[in-house]
Amino acid sequence: MPLDPKIPKGPLATKWDTHRFHCRLVSPANRRKYEIIVVGAGLAGASASATLAELGYRVKTFCLQDSPRRAHSIAAQGGINAAKNYRNDGDSIHRLFYDTIKGGDFRAREANVYRLAQISNQIIDHCVAQGVPFAREYGGLLANRSFGGAQVSRTFYARGQTGQQLLLGAYGALMRQVNTGSVTIMPRREMMDLVVIDGRARGIITRNLITGEFETHAAHAVVLATGGYGNIYCLSTNAMASNASAIWRAYKRGAALANPSFVQIHPTCIPVHGEAQSKLTLMSESLRNDGRVWVPRKPGDSRPPSEIPTEDRDYFLETQYPAFGNLVPRDVASRNAKQQCDAGKGVGDTGRAVYLDFHDPILRQGQEAVERKYGNLFQMYEKITGQDPRRTPMMIYPAVHYTMGGLWVDYNLMTTTPGLYALGEANFSDHGANRLGASALMQGLADGYFIVPITIGDELAQADLPEISTDSPEFNAAVAASTSRQEQLLGIKGNRTVLDFHRQLGHLLWENCGMAKNAADLQNALAMIPELRDEFHRNLKVPGTGQDLNQQLERAGRVADFLEFAEVMVRDALTREESCGCHFRSEYQTDDHEALRNDRDFNHVSVWHFNGEGVEPTLEKEPLLYDSVEPSQRSYK
Amino acid sequence: MQSINLTLEVWRQKSRNEPGRFVTYQTGPVSSDLSFLEMLDIVNEQLILADDEPIVFDHDCREGICGMCGAVVNGHAHGPEAATTLCQLHLRHFKDGDTIVIEPFRARAFPLIKDLVVDRSAFDNIIAAGGYISVNTGSAPEANSIPIPMPTAEQALDAAECIGCGACVAACPNAAAMLFTGARISHLALLPQGHPERTLRARAMLNKMDSEGFGNCRNERDCELACPKSISIRNIARFNREVIRALIRADD
Ligand SMILES: Cc1cc2nc3c(=O)[nH]c(=O)nc-3n(C[C@H](O)[C@H](O)[C@H](O)COP(=O)(O)OP(=O)(O)OC[C@H]3O[C@@H](n4cnc5c(N)ncnc54)[C@H](O)[C@@H]3O)c2cc1C
Ligand code: FES
Repeated sequence: MPLDPKIPKGPLATKWDTHRFHCRLVSPANRRKYEIIVVGAGLAGASASATLAELGYRVKTFCLQDSPRRAHSIAAQGGINAAKNYRNDGDSIHRLFYDTIKGGDFRAREANVYRLAQISNQIIDHCVAQGVPFAREYGGLLANRSFGGAQVSRTFYARGQTGQQLLLGAYGALMRQVNTGSVTIMPRREMMDLVVIDGRARGIITRNLITGEFETHAAHAVVLATGGYGNIYCLSTNAMASNASAIWRAYKRGAALANPSFVQIHPTCIPVHGEAQSKLTLMSESLRNDGRVWVPRKPGDSRPPSEIPTEDRDYFLETQYPAFGNLVPRDVASRNAKQQCDAGKGVGDTGRAVYLDFHDPILRQGQEAVERKYGNLFQMYEKITGQDPRRTPMMIYPAVHYTMGGLWVDYNLMTTTPGLYALGEANFSDHGANRLGASALMQGLADGYFIVPITIGDELAQADLPEISTDSPEFNAAVAASTSRQEQLLGIKGNRTVLDFHRQLGHLLWENCGMAKNAADLQNALAMIPELRDEFHRNLKVPGTGQDLNQQLERAGRVADFLEFAEVMVRDALTREESCGCHFRSEYQTDDHEALRNDRDFNHVSVWHFNGEGVEPTLEKEPLLYDSVEPSQRSYK
Repeated sequence: MQSINLTLEVWRQKSRNEPGRFVTYQTGPVSSDLSFLEMLDIVNEQLILADDEPIVFDHDCREGICGMCGAVVNGHAHGPEAATTLCQLHLRHFKDGDTIVIEPFRARAFPLIKDLVVDRSAFDNIIAAGGYISVNTGSAPEANSIPIPMPTAEQALDAAECIGCGACVAACPNAAAMLFTGARISHLALLPQGHPERTLRARAMLNKMDSEGFGNCRNERDCELACPKSISIRNIARFNREVIRALIRADD
């Protein structure tokens, strides 16, 4: 059966309203009969869990960390977009929609993105009511800042810790429902498998990370809000536990994956310093509001930055993109930084860095004003590098940051497996081939607070949901499969650690499926990944047992899944013979090195279906139809 | 970059029911640019290859915001650097040849799980008791309908920056949770949106704090010094005011 994105009919601006009207409702008294599993307690999972429980559903919420408040969303820095137009600078729902579609290089669904822009304003209202302390103007009203890919100022923020404040809001709402008994939280649990009964998602298997026990949980619907898989590169801005395992398990049980190779490389991160580095730290995009990016004009110029006079500096983003300047979208900024470094103009010990300079804004606005906006980011930078960005320019370099790809979902956020939903970064829905800054928080909260609580009811109201038991053959088979995967990992007793393998995989992907890709490198990667995977399963060394807290075993399971996921990711990159957004194939570029799309052949979502172990997956294409916007060559000049 | 050698004395304990002890490890040469946790990663790699069990420690974001990491290092929760989480502590603050003692956060309300990992779910229980504003999705007024003076919003954010790591409890001689609870209470009490429930909230969170086994505050101020986010003890004062206010208003 071909994919049906279930996009409602009618004009773009009224689709969501019309759809909500047509959604069947579960009566308040009946909602208590339904149990919903939510895996993940980040912005998407916590907001969905809280809202579903407010509606009356019984909810079980799982997360890896010891508390739902620690989900990776906590680390988001810069802000969240909304089309409030408080600045009266020409913003509107339509403009936010347009900027997001264009930023994604016309590879996202119009209807989804429009709905996202519509909901954006309600999100801000709700978060303010929850007590999220957003930045304010002297008059007491909400402040905004600008973000990449937009010429209006529409980003709401709380210093450099917007994600933390939004997550604490959602976490508060979640804990309120825990207090009423409507939500049960299950921390320190890892989802090991999805249980599908009669073609429908009916439960999950989890591993209790403290006792090592496998646990079975049945439900009427399963929601995955497990975040992105950027850690497949080993070094990324993601938290250490971020993984692909939950969505990979779902994929292997029949849910399709969409655009797995669409990975965003963020331009402003602290550069890699050495082999033992465990993660890369993002320096929020908001810094590009005021900070100026430059490199020395002459390759190999080794003078300290303060001794390089203005005429010997190349403010390359400002000169090449006069209209957007330092605020071009991320893919453009990252690629340009790489090109400068490839041309020998990179700075720092490794030559893989460019400057981000606050000298001019401090002169113009004063130390205090700049400090108020970026103080905590400056501190963070100083802690890590030992240098004070108030005195000497920051050094930054692109790093893996966000995955636009994920589980395929229809307009209702349901995957190809009935009863299984995917929210937040775990789905592919709204960002096309490149996500604009401050749009992930918006999307996660739109999905969780406002979309899935409505659409899930519509589906439950018409679904056939026989009673099931966790002692059914399907549950037992899933437990057996999880157990045997774990025993296999523990039983290898080889000579290389999981970190060692993870680093090698990360390096392989960064070199061959990173900021600039080409067919030869991708073919090469496709040959190397299975070899590495074989070695992993022959030569891995996992200490300890499965019966208690074993962090090496946890990581081994995640890396085993990354090693499989990598293949479909590379295959996806290889079959998309065009450049779009973050997906940059060197073979397909314009004369001035911008991504060259091929709308005739690739105006689609690439959807991958699992066909069994060792069998090539099938590629299906969901065509993208543009009624309201005209896909154009993106220009930020 | 500089290379240094460190001696570690690490608390190893398999589980709550087994006795724990300090074990000594040599790091070998490590770069002073490394973070503290990256140094532990290196030691763990060596342990695994030597068929030993790696040191178990909690961590996730490694950028000082999730509140997952934490251990007592040389007697200080999160180590000797002020306003720094363990994951943001860098080896440039140590000297070649230093001995570093690493042990878990110890408090009655934080039972040990393994090595440096403790159970901090008591914090979640305090929040569940009332650390929120009760607003259902969909019922919020327009965001700018209630102006909030900028300094008030900033103060609320100062309190809301708490990452819930538990260092304040570990540093307190009485293992009190006043700074953690006070920060949440202050954040919400400062904002007009938090006013309708402030009486209930103060009472409920105070009671929960006690029943979870946290001690009483004796104004030692160790919590503020240990806090990686520099949460001020003014939040404890504000918490106390909220509690007194709640006692007076016995009826609402
Ligand atoms: C450093 C940084 C800064 C950012 N800044 C911004 C910003 O300013 N603005 C913006 O819009 N976006 C930003 N982003 C992106 C944004 O933060 C994320 O995309 C978003 O928060 C993801 O939310 P989520 O709810 O989908 O997933 P997450 O917050 O990642 O939550 C995932 C949840 O799933 C759980 N989980 C995962 N796997 C399993 C499993 N197998 N079993 C059980 N549980 C599991 C985890 O425990 C966690 O609770 C930033 C990202 C980073 C890395
Ligand atoms: S690991 Fe997140 S605060 Fe240290």
